[in-house]
Amino acid sequence: MGGANIEHVEMSGHIIDSLLLPKVLDAILARGGRYQILEFRLGERQDDPSYARLEVRADSAEQLETILAEIHQHGAEPIHKEDCRLVAADMDGAFPDGFYCTTNFRTQVRLQGEWIDVEDQEMDCGIVVDAEGGAARCVPMASVRRGDLVVVGRRGVRVFPPESETRRRDLFEFMASPISSERPKSASIREIAQMMRRTREAGEKILAVLGPAVVHTGGAELVAWLIRHGYIDILFAGNALATHDMEQAFYGTSLGVSLDRGLPTAEGHEHHLRTINTIRRLGGIRQAVALGKLKSGIMYECIMRDIPFVLAGSIRDDGPLPEVITDTLRAQDAMRELIPGVGFCLMIATTLHSVAVGNLLPAWVKVACVDINPATVTKLMDRGTTQTVGIVSDAEPFLRLLVAELKGERTTAGLGLDGDTHRTRTPCPATPPQS
Amino acid sequence: MCPPDHYGIEYEINPWMNRSLGAIRALAFRQWNQLRETLVSLGVQVELLSPQPGLPDLVFTANAGLVYKDVFISSRFRYEVRARESPYYDAWFAAHGFHVEHLPEGMYHEGAGDALFCGETLFAGYRIRSDALAHQWVGQRFGIRVLPLELVNPRFYHLDTCFCPLAPGEALYYPPAFDAYGRRVLQSHIPKLMEVNEAEAHRFGCNAVVVGKTVIHNSRCPQLAATLAEAGYRSIEVELDEFLKAGGSAKCLTLRLDGEEAAGWKYH
Repeated sequence: MGGANIEHVEMSGHIIDSLLLPKVLDAILARGGRYQILEFRLGERQDDPSYARLEVRADSAEQLETILAEIHQHGAEPIHKEDCRLVAADMDGAFPDGFYCTTNFRTQVRLQGEWIDVEDQEMDCGIVVDAEGGAARCVPMASVRRGDLVVVGRRGVRVFPPESETRRRDLFEFMASPISSERPKSASIREIAQMMRRTREAGEKILAVLGPAVVHTGGAELVAWLIRHGYIDILFAGNALATHDMEQAFYGTSLGVSLDRGLPTAEGHEHHLRTINTIRRLGGIRQAVALGKLKSGIMYECIMRDIPFVLAGSIRDDGPLPEVITDTLRAQDAMRELIPGVGFCLMIATTLHSVAVGNLLPAWVKVACVDINPATVTKLMDRGTTQTVGIVSDAEPFLRLLVAELKGERTTAGLGLDGDTHRTRTPCPATPPQS
Repeated sequence: MCPPDHYGIEYEINPWMNRSLGAIRALAFRQWNQLRETLVSLGVQVELLSPQPGLPDLVFTANAGLVYKDVFISSRFRYEVRARESPYYDAWFAAHGFHVEHLPEGMYHEGAGDALFCGETLFAGYRIRSDALAHQWVGQRFGIRVLPLELVNPRFYHLDTCFCPLAPGEALYYPPAFDAYGRRVLQSHIPKLMEVNEAEAHRFGCNAVVVGKTVIHNSRCPQLAATLAEAGYRSIEVELDEFLKAGGSAKCLTLRLDGEEAAGWKYH
């Protein structure tokens, strides 16, 4: 986005009666520019003034200058006439008082009269500007260092609302409806499949955030299929998903329940602990694959295809697996590192992890959140990840239809109908692998 | 009004002005006196501002500022040569019981020259001398509806050169001085809008002074006189050609202190 070719202007007064607003809009169009009315308040009585805030876009800096010079004559004034205010951080790990608190929407700051894109856009951060004043990025509180130049106040900061983002990026425009417990699932799933294809075609990455219910409900092999076929580029999960996935590979159970028969197996409750122990003894998941001990499942495919993953720890973890990052701040940073380039995020069956990842994602990364509990999607949206489309479904049926859709099979049936043909059996080894 | 003791064409800040032509002082005085006497004969009480050497345009008191009830918003002139007039206007208004106020720095507003009430609405000319933003500021300051109109012909550089409210809902105007938006605004907000033809507009027929049902305007505007007669007004012609040389006429030479006849607030 060429920051220099956009300006926000405002007008107030009797701009409707005097035709000044239509005149300004006409003037923008006549000079080859584009506009969007970001805010409009109509005066309620005859004497009340109206107010309009416009975004003006042009193809070049000169064109923008011409437009702004003209519309200024009619009373349309740039909102930001000053640079943003910078204050040096006086200590590590905390912003100066009054710091500008970021959103997940695309943001720019004005430095030396120029609008600069803020990089690493993330909500609930501060903005740090580099010493030369040429770049700005979002920085989480814990990462701020004494002496960092932090943006303070709202002056010289502009935020691009989601409407203009969706209009600009028509890629996911169809994903306009929010949570959809009442919507036909097959239509939503078709859209998600299409979105995944388009994301891949656009050279952007697909991020999957998965909870253990993916495995419990029998969806692990479907996720493995997605990884094998290049529909998942990055995986964020916790100790449980990886453990149960490998438990399934080792024992054919998830939390001791046979995924084949749906019944608890004898001593099955020990399987996940034995799995963790096996991996810990081998030194890690990668080693388990290298030694030929781990031969199927989500984690296996990740290792085989070099899919980066972050396993973040939680307070109730068993073990945990050696790859699990138990320092929350380190886990956040590890996830942050992988986010650039992500174009689409699929969150399945996890509440806390979905919210955590939602907090890290810029608003222009579209999110599909699948959960049996509608509250998960609501939670995600309430915390600001408003670009989310929700599907209320159990994990496995959703994945089954998604995979069928991606395979090009027609899935006119709803989730309740078993129209697929690809269910694979997970071999249940007679004896657990010995480390 | 301000007597034309120091009136002359000493600079050129509008297309009418031409220093080589100059104005004949004696003639200017005669014409100015005739205007004043005409007003007095209509029962108007005329207050005088002392003329000042070096301020030739101080005669055009319409541009001193905008009067709204007991508030005088002092003009911010676009040209420095006229900005020097402001201290004299401010002093006079302060001495005569008005609250003198100033617009924020950086915006231009040339008083009653560019801001005329017609009913409750303040019609305002912008682009050549005054700024649309300055007009919006005035609207906010008084809590009134202001309709800025773009002036597109440099010969009609002030709104009072091409638009003359006669009474609430009634006005004279010269359409080509406005753009299409401005014409539409005038047409949709003023029920009885009467056109002034090109020749008479160029004689500044619109730059008229309204006193009750009498309209005083420059000479040789027969069509305008007929239009006014038809609308129930008495028209009085006063030759003011010496002032036309500087881009002014009857209206420019006066500033109504108690509100124009067309100003709605005058009747509350």
